[in-house]
Amino acid sequence: MAIFMTILQRLLYAALLLIAVLVLNFTMMNLAPGDIADTIAASMGGADAEMMEQIRAEYGLDQPFPVQLLAYVSRVLSFDLGYSYFYNAPVTTLIFEKLPATLLLVLVAQSLALVVGVLLGVFSARHPNGIANYFVTLIALFGYAAPVFWTGILLLIAFSLKIPLFPVAGMSDITVDGNFFVKAVDVAHHMVLPVITLGSIFLALYSRLSRASMLEVLGSDYVRTAKAKGLSQREIVLKHALKNALPPVVTLAGLQFSAVISGAVLVETVFSWPGLGQLALTSILARDTPTILGILFFSALVVIIGNLLTDLVLRAIDPRVRGRA
Amino acid sequence: MTQIDDIPAKARSPFSEASEMFRRNHAAVAGLVVLLLIVAVAIIGPMVYPGDPFDMVWVPFTPPGEEGYLMGTDYLGRDLLSLLIHGAKVSLTIGVSAAVVTVSIGITVGALAGFYRGWVEELLMRLTEFFQVLPTLLFSMVIVSLFGASLFMITLAIGLVSWPAVARITRAEFMRIRELEYVTAARAGGVKNGKLIFSVILPNALPPIIVQAALMVGSAILFEAGLSFLGLTDPNVASWGQIIGSNREYILDASYAVTVPGVAIFITVLAISLVGDGLNDALNPKLRQR
Amino acid sequence: MTEPLLKIENLRIELALRSGQAPVIDDLSLELNAGETLSFVGESGCGKSMTALAIMGLLPEKVGSIAQGRILFQGNDMAQMNSSQLRAIRGNEISMIFQEPMTSLNPVYTVGEQIAEVLRRHKGMNKRDAWKRAIELLDAVRIPNAKARISDYPHQMSGGQRQRVMIAIALACSPKILIADEPTTALDVTVQAQIFDLLRDLGRETGTAIILITHDMGAVAEMADRMVVMYAGRKAEYGPVAPVISHPRHPYTKGLISCVPHLLAELTEERPDLTEVPGIVPSLDSFGVDACLFASRCYLADDKCRSKRPPEIVFGDQSSACWKADQI
Repeated sequence: MAIFMTILQRLLYAALLLIAVLVLNFTMMNLAPGDIADTIAASMGGADAEMMEQIRAEYGLDQPFPVQLLAYVSRVLSFDLGYSYFYNAPVTTLIFEKLPATLLLVLVAQSLALVVGVLLGVFSARHPNGIANYFVTLIALFGYAAPVFWTGILLLIAFSLKIPLFPVAGMSDITVDGNFFVKAVDVAHHMVLPVITLGSIFLALYSRLSRASMLEVLGSDYVRTAKAKGLSQREIVLKHALKNALPPVVTLAGLQFSAVISGAVLVETVFSWPGLGQLALTSILARDTPTILGILFFSALVVIIGNLLTDLVLRAIDPRVRGRA
Repeated sequence: MTQIDDIPAKARSPFSEASEMFRRNHAAVAGLVVLLLIVAVAIIGPMVYPGDPFDMVWVPFTPPGEEGYLMGTDYLGRDLLSLLIHGAKVSLTIGVSAAVVTVSIGITVGALAGFYRGWVEELLMRLTEFFQVLPTLLFSMVIVSLFGASLFMITLAIGLVSWPAVARITRAEFMRIRELEYVTAARAGGVKNGKLIFSVILPNALPPIIVQAALMVGSAILFEAGLSFLGLTDPNVASWGQIIGSNREYILDASYAVTVPGVAIFITVLAISLVGDGLNDALNPKLRQR
Repeated sequence: MTEPLLKIENLRIELALRSGQAPVIDDLSLELNAGETLSFVGESGCGKSMTALAIMGLLPEKVGSIAQGRILFQGNDMAQMNSSQLRAIRGNEISMIFQEPMTSLNPVYTVGEQIAEVLRRHKGMNKRDAWKRAIELLDAVRIPNAKARISDYPHQMSGGQRQRVMIAIALACSPKILIADEPTTALDVTVQAQIFDLLRDLGRETGTAIILITHDMGAVAEMADRMVVMYAGRKAEYGPVAPVISHPRHPYTKGLISCVPHLLAELTEERPDLTEVPGIVPSLDSFGVDACLFASRCYLADDKCRSKRPPEIVFGDQSSACWKADQI
């Protein structure tokens, strides 16, 4: 089957990309002054030269660089991301502890931005002089120009401190106890402001592109054909136009995964959201090399998976993409 | 209905035509005025309003307007107005120089990929995809923390993660233009590849790149603000993001210390994006024909 | 004489321009009888397509509008109908095919779905019946192996095949009128003839009246019963095809015909000079003036032509809007 071959090809390419990411990250870490031994020594409160040698030998740091690199890559490929001396835990454990919170935030913000953005775009394309149109223009300007952490702080001041509608920080309230549903509502309550903050940037992008794409499609020959068929406005817009207007928006959304993760780092910091971003910041400031490498690897993995999913969605929407290899 | 515009247009230089299109976009003109004001503040401000912005000048958390401090003081009793003025210089400098780095890398990669086919194109596009997979902020955070939080390193880090977008635009333009008649003619006339790339194709590929470059300045300012908000910045240089980051813990006592620098970033980036829109109107020949 | 199927009376369509309203169609009247083929002829920009869009109720929103006149379909004025009444007619009783088969089909749906859709919409068919009928229609427009091709997407078909699909969509509900707006302009010459044959045969079989918009005088001579020559939004000449071509009563018609040498060679004995009509259609701004709009390009024009709009002068079945009609 051609489709499986293409998917296989894509997966293979993705794997190669990931290995390239590993090589780059590891090389970069090695180019930097200082190494793990320094970090470990620092966390022990200092060590003499002999001890340093010992630590270096233990972690293979005395080996030539290519040997170290090869060892690292093969370890990662067997799902071993190493051990963090800063947190005293395996990196994989650390990441899997924090990953769900980040994924939840990122996916909810991204999907909401996409759905609301497309709806706004469609609506404002249909009513060029309507209020939705001004709203899209405004939000497009605001979403691009406002620093996301600042938006977060403003929302925090307004809706947590001045008007206490939402919790100030964290992902859940430890005093809340009950069944899954009660806990879910609690998390959702904590999520409102972070999601709005993170989503606003992408809402700006998606609503603007959806509007432009929809306007172009509404002027196309096949929409004229649909009108000549006597179809209703609803069928014309939702069936014939929308499906053609979506591919550029989906493509853009796929390209944003890296930006969404970047945004998440800032938003998590503002709202003390217990996700990967927080872990990344602390481990970067503490120079916790294994954890940093692990997080970089996982973020690249998320971006790559996001790109693959985007491809699949595009294939589902547009038969012309399916025809291509 | 092709006969609507049969009135012959007066022959005019492309520049005056572009500047007229730009002037017709009032928002863009307003953006330009604001932007020039901010640039003026960044250049003249430190002379008019001297003093080290990091000096403690008064009681911390003095609200704006009191005791002669127009913007008030922050949690360390530093004059916010002074911080803002010095921050303007840093933000603009980093914005512009990071955009220069971004555009230089992007044009080089994009031009080569778009001009040559085959393995060169393949290799460069794979490289571009590779850099697009890297999580931009995390990656530059790591660079800055590993190699030192100097302004130079921050600029380099921003440029290093931002160029793929420029490369893609440049490549698309090159691929379109290299097929046009005048390029074929130049090629047939024996013009060498280097000259073909830089003096025949590149000038014609510039309009969308210029627009992108303008927007890059805005993105770079936001990027720098994000980095310094997280504390990954030169601690000896005032920057808008850094003011927000360092005062973040005190939003209950002094929300102005967080909101005001944010407004400065917002207005600057907004002005840049309006100018970018105006440049797009002015330089996009497709729109001009309407 | 029975009531014509479609009767257009004094139609005036205005287009909003930066400089004001311009009449792209000015005082147009014509009739179309059931089963006949009427052809609209003229250069691009003469308002042929505008007339078609007006009949379909598809004038560009907020730009074009019917300022005056009536479009009577089976005695009911379509200019006064609301959008749901128009939708019930569109694609059902009056349907249309367009100039650009490459872009007129929706790229993301199968051709079968695009044919079946109209059947479901207008004939209330269920999914299965509509699909079965779509296969029959695809077969009827002479696409080989219809059963397999029905699940193809437009990009898997050639331009000619796509236009056949458009014809299948247009004829799906057995409409009373089919408007074909330059249906072959974008196609290869060999394919053009096939499409015209198909249109003519299907028109005859189903008794559908056809409005053929074209600037191909050869096609007009072959396909149409009557023709309307349009110039700058006005009717220049009107009448049965044979007399109009053999003895045009308007200098513009004459010019158009002389552009096509073989046409005259077949119909007349003389060997005419191959000429072109000099100049171009005037700009929209001047469409409303009280003068013959063709005067600037006409070898017969005098001061009267340039100062007063000519009335229609009747010669039997034929009529011509020209001051000098009797001299031609």
